[in-house]
Amino acid sequence: MWHDALLVAGKDLRIEARSRVGLNQVVPFAVLVLVLFAFALDPDQDVLVKAAAGLFWVAVLLATLLAVQRSAGLESGDGIPDALRLSGLDPAGIFLGKAAAVAVQLVVLEIVLGVGVVVLYGVDISGIGILAATMVAATIGLAASGTLYGVLAGGLRVRETLLPLLLLPVVAPVLIAATRASEAALTGLSVDVAPGDWLGLLAAFAAIYLAFGVVAYGTLLEDS
Amino acid sequence: MDPVVRFRAAVCLLGRFPALAGLDLDVGAGEVVLLSGPNGAGKTTLLRAVAGLVPVVRGEAVVCGHDLRVDRRAVRPHVGLLGHAGGLYPDLTVRENVTFWARAADRGVRPDDALRRAGVDTRTDGIVVDRLSAGQRRRAALAALLVRRPEVWLLDEPHAGLDAEGRDLLDALVTDAAAAGATVLLASHELERATPLATRQVEVAGGAAVEMVDVVTVIGGVPHVA
Repeated sequence: MWHDALLVAGKDLRIEARSRVGLNQVVPFAVLVLVLFAFALDPDQDVLVKAAAGLFWVAVLLATLLAVQRSAGLESGDGIPDALRLSGLDPAGIFLGKAAAVAVQLVVLEIVLGVGVVVLYGVDISGIGILAATMVAATIGLAASGTLYGVLAGGLRVRETLLPLLLLPVVAPVLIAATRASEAALTGLSVDVAPGDWLGLLAAFAAIYLAFGVVAYGTLLEDS
Repeated sequence: MDPVVRFRAAVCLLGRFPALAGLDLDVGAGEVVLLSGPNGAGKTTLLRAVAGLVPVVRGEAVVCGHDLRVDRRAVRPHVGLLGHAGGLYPDLTVRENVTFWARAADRGVRPDDALRRAGVDTRTDGIVVDRLSAGQRRRAALAALLVRRPEVWLLDEPHAGLDAEGRDLLDALVTDAAAAGATVLLASHELERATPLATRQVEVAGGAAVEMVDVVTVIGGVPHVA
């Protein structure tokens, strides 16, 4: 399973490095979302700072949709679904590999967006450790759930419009928990619930979707 | 000896349409069976069913000793399918594609050997598949098939898109594979090209009837229609 996961992750990242869809489209899109939020809330800088964590994660979430659609689209090319089924690759390995490749892209995106909120919103980051832990846990959860719903919608002609409808409600807990967990680190304001509790929720979400993906991906791949 | 492919009254549904409706077929090791018949007869569905990609919902279907009605995934490591679509990633080079599928199959076949046997020009193996001609893609797909070292070759219109040299090369590969004991099912409308390759021709009609049209025996390397 791990050999197959590495093989698939390497393949997906190689394709992304060559096609540069992530670099040329997904990252600019996410930065644009941040800029548009800044335009909308610019008259009130305080609101922008207070909302920075939420806006950051909304931008990540929207970019995740693009990254997941792209990842699922790679496997829907001419004859590739059949080739994958015949390949002998462990479906769990395919799932983990694809999720890992999406996660790597999201981490790069989050670093760029982190710089973006500092520059555009005037945020002063105070808790880099909490922020990093939140990013890791949220990213794994987003990548795992996104990869799972990506293959679910992958075989459908309407996958571009169906995937957001399926995925956004599912990842709403990630948006809430990641925003709350990183609020103090990004805004410097005190929060009611300790970030560690929200981190626990993010870790649980990631663990559940990783486990579910490992078990269910093969069946979903058959039906896609 | 048990046949490598044994279908009895096999039924496959595409939605509610019976693409195979009670099909009987036995194919032994080393045989090259040409599947002929009109469009929509069920040839492609038959190849996909043998590969374990389409469920057989009724009847008997055994390939390489695996009962497809019990576990159709079990047969997949034993088969190689060259379909209408190549199964190649358009943003990877030919070499990267073939290497990926070789590592996935893990059958010990070196990608370089497969590329050479498939006649992939060394000048094109570093070009992304998206930029290749249809014939070059076909050769790349053939190389991806070779790295699987399949026991059962499933070829759907394999000559399509290939130039004369590529067709000769494909024919030689099929002949060599059969001589080495592989089983080959070949669906084609190009009967003049495909018939000399085959040891047997089977007509598929309406997914329901399979008729033995004629038998080809190879004597001293020269095919003779009986």
